[in-house]
Amino acid sequence: MSPIGKAFPRKEGRKKVTGKALYVDDLSFPGMLHGVTVRSPSPRGRITKISFEGDIPWDEFTVVTAKDIPGANYVALILNDQPYLAADFVNHPEEPILLLAHRDKYLLEEARRNVRIEIEEQPAIFNLEDSLARKEIIWGEDNVFKKYLVDKGNVDEVWANADFIVEGEYETGAQEQLYIENNGAIAIANADKGVTVWGSMQCPYYVHKALVKLFDLPEEKIRIIQTETGGGFGGKEEYPSLIAGHAALLAWKSGKPVKMIYDRAEDMVATTKRHPSRTRHKTAVTKDGKLLAVEIDFVIDGGAYCTLSPVVLSRGTIHSAGPYVCPNVRIHSRAVATNVPPHGAFRGFGAPQSIFALERHMDKVARTVGLTPEEFRRRNFIHEGETTATSQVIRERVDMDQLLTRALQLSNYHEKRERFARENAESNGRFRKKRGVGFATFMHGAGFTGSGEVYLQSVVSAEATVEGVVRILAASTEIGQGTNTIFSQIASEALGLDVDLIEIVQPDTAHVPNSGPTVASRTSMVVGKLVESAVTGLKQTLIGSSLLPHEYGQSEFKRACAEYIARFGSLKTSSTYQPPPNVHWDDEKYQGDAYGAYAWAVYVAEVSFDELTYAAHVEDFVALQEVGRVLNPVLAAGQIEGGVAQAIGFTLFENVVWKDGRMANNQMTNYIIPTPVDIPPIRVYFEENPYAYGPGGAKGIGELPMDGAAPAILNALENATGVSFNEIPLLPETLMVKLL
Amino acid sequence: MRAFIPNYQLTTPASLAEALTLLESEPGVWKPFAGGTDLMVLLEAGRLAHRNYINIWGLNELRGIEATDTHVTLGALTTYTEVQTNPILRREFPMLCQAASETGGLAIQNRGTLGGNIVNASPAADSPPALLAYDAEIELVSNRGSRWLPYQGFHTGYKQMHIDPDELLARIRLPRNTAGLTHYYRKVGTRKAQAISKVCFAAVGKTGQGKLMETRIVVGSVAPIVVRCVQTEAALRGQRPDEETIAAACASLVREISPIDDIRSTAKYRLQVAKNLLADFLATLRT
Repeated sequence: MSPIGKAFPRKEGRKKVTGKALYVDDLSFPGMLHGVTVRSPSPRGRITKISFEGDIPWDEFTVVTAKDIPGANYVALILNDQPYLAADFVNHPEEPILLLAHRDKYLLEEARRNVRIEIEEQPAIFNLEDSLARKEIIWGEDNVFKKYLVDKGNVDEVWANADFIVEGEYETGAQEQLYIENNGAIAIANADKGVTVWGSMQCPYYVHKALVKLFDLPEEKIRIIQTETGGGFGGKEEYPSLIAGHAALLAWKSGKPVKMIYDRAEDMVATTKRHPSRTRHKTAVTKDGKLLAVEIDFVIDGGAYCTLSPVVLSRGTIHSAGPYVCPNVRIHSRAVATNVPPHGAFRGFGAPQSIFALERHMDKVARTVGLTPEEFRRRNFIHEGETTATSQVIRERVDMDQLLTRALQLSNYHEKRERFARENAESNGRFRKKRGVGFATFMHGAGFTGSGEVYLQSVVSAEATVEGVVRILAASTEIGQGTNTIFSQIASEALGLDVDLIEIVQPDTAHVPNSGPTVASRTSMVVGKLVESAVTGLKQTLIGSSLLPHEYGQSEFKRACAEYIARFGSLKTSSTYQPPPNVHWDDEKYQGDAYGAYAWAVYVAEVSFDELTYAAHVEDFVALQEVGRVLNPVLAAGQIEGGVAQAIGFTLFENVVWKDGRMANNQMTNYIIPTPVDIPPIRVYFEENPYAYGPGGAKGIGELPMDGAAPAILNALENATGVSFNEIPLLPETLMVKLL
Repeated sequence: MRAFIPNYQLTTPASLAEALTLLESEPGVWKPFAGGTDLMVLLEAGRLAHRNYINIWGLNELRGIEATDTHVTLGALTTYTEVQTNPILRREFPMLCQAASETGGLAIQNRGTLGGNIVNASPAADSPPALLAYDAEIELVSNRGSRWLPYQGFHTGYKQMHIDPDELLARIRLPRNTAGLTHYYRKVGTRKAQAISKVCFAAVGKTGQGKLMETRIVVGSVAPIVVRCVQTEAALRGQRPDEETIAAACASLVREISPIDDIRSTAKYRLQVAKNLLADFLATLRT
């Protein structure tokens, strides 16, 4: 019986619920010190003085500054502009300047408060409008980290003769990932043995690459081990390179193991968040509701350093025109610098921002043309054989019409639309709850953008033991999303063995090959395919050596492994990424096959609006998506439910309060995420259309559920109140101002 | 951002008398620590000024709910869970039970105390509006003796109150005069549960021949202290709760409260929602 599509329990679930799983803060080493970061009190300026004050036994402390860095003082990523420790100039509040280590973690905190850093302040800018206006040049020549231009057809020829031209502007705010486990790392480092780091992370090889540069050591002298990780959502994509480097610098200087664990307040105030965005749309459409031209200006706030902003911008740019066909498209996008802590990866990676804008705008265009939101979209959906904004020809069967029909049925959309219109018009002189329904139609590309997967050259290995256990070696991490379980199911399917005979090896750069980062909805679809081919290689090796018949049982497999290992010493195979055929991408023109595959979705939200308190509440939510084959229905539904809940937070609750570039509400009492009573029943449905190049037919789904909720909810709120809202987070305070 | 734990000490007295003696011997040095649900948050953030704490959690003299014909008396260490499950409170003081059920989550409700909610003196506390609407009285004890005073007027400013350094809040007393009253309690937080109030409204009212005989109106999170709106109550007495009266009452309310912008909400929102809640309360008395 095939294990694909079965709800196997999580591979590491028992360990987690019994408390046996070891997270980084559970680990300890003899003689270990604790480390802490001393950060900039100012958003921008020159460091003029550092003094060590108070009644603190300073001679007991290990102190690290930029001068102690053995290699290059930058976090190696894309532009290498972010220092590990600011040497003489700071560009954002909470920027790391100095590191301290001591055996007593409480005294360490007392010491941190007694380091006085004096800064000669320079003018700073805190939002993308001021950055675009070059109110102050704070990065490069023009504050722009990266820009893209996507040009298809010629929009300029269209405006003059269009029946309608519809313009709109849309904004999204920052969002904190709020994984359960804060960032943390432990390091042992010395010139003799090199550097070893244990940590909570998504991408061990990103940390590896960064530490090779930081210590100027050969690759084999740097070893990165992922410990059990309590969530990431992108927040542990690039940031662990920083905290791992800090722990390692302290370990290097002190000669002792050093543990650095952020508490929640530090994690929230200092680490990355979702990029705030502003999108402008200008759309030409015929009186029949056919899209003629789409012009999009998409801007994201990258914070003080480049980090991953160019890639976030890329995904946001490509997704900004959605699942529609239009002959003329121009997308101009920019990632700009501000003096806030660098924004970073967060589930969806730019797409939730640009899709929010698009799906709000589609409702506006529909209203202008005089069509329902449903009918207008139906007239413009993309089909097999048609091209996206990047001129990618869709080669899979896509039926957005059918998806929309089914989602509207499942949500009882038409009946509700009619009933709410009637009920909302009734009045008894008291405060009422008005209701509305709305939806969003969208797609999300899985895997790295464009040529990304080809550059990554990901590798997965599989190794058999004499007991007939197959061990999967990959750098792809289990961060709560189900990597271990999915890989086991894929290997089990390919080998015809029980899932229990598959073992997932702890990601450790000394032992596992680089299967690429755990990001971009790529782990199941891209890395899973490598798991499938690596274990198939094992099987074929055994069959090729005549130790295993084509048809075999578990005992025969075990005997064959034992025999092979007895003869040859070991049995191990590897598989390297090969792109699907006919995939072409032009990085210069930003044209071509942006992604190997897309997941397609329609999300429908029902909301109520309380006239007494101006609070919006999502009452019901239908999430329908086509994701290729579903590998594990419980894990897949969990991904969708969790993503929708996180997206409801993004839409109605999660408001980062900025004060001079610093998060002022960096505690869970004041940064409001939804609780279970703030979340409606999330009804998850899948359409299955196997993808030829995914393992078992699967496509990626990790980020998809972050995309559609925000516009669906605001479309529903417009339906309920008759007022158009185009900014999130949309709090009751804003709703009140717009409605009074 | 953590506290330096070795800098703190916590002592556990065996009796109320011992606790009061300690408070008397070093006035202002020892801070009472009851359920700790407010203090632990500040401790973790390293924002507690005190270094010495008396753990009063075990003092049975400060526990229990007792009823006489005229009053219900609650020990200061009565938890939110105990409040919610008491049948007399549920029947006669439903707003206090509702406030208790909307404070924090289950763990907080098992540990947080009514007395702590009062002396923490937050204008955003959830039970004080109900206590003020029920005309609560409080008892302060010290080695000098005991004194009862109306809860109304106890708080004098943000985090300020009429309590001497050697005194502990011992009991809270509610007069059993709620028969025939309409109770209206609404906490407007930043989300549906586990939230701090942006506006908290508690009111009781009684009508006769279509006119307002009595109202007691209390609003939290709209001033440095929780506000009993006595002028608005006076303006409403004898009026019919019609649109005109409601508009006048809202105008009066605006003069009695002084909301501010802060990390959780805006002055404008708090003012408008307070008015809406008053209007909604008065509309319930209309029939």
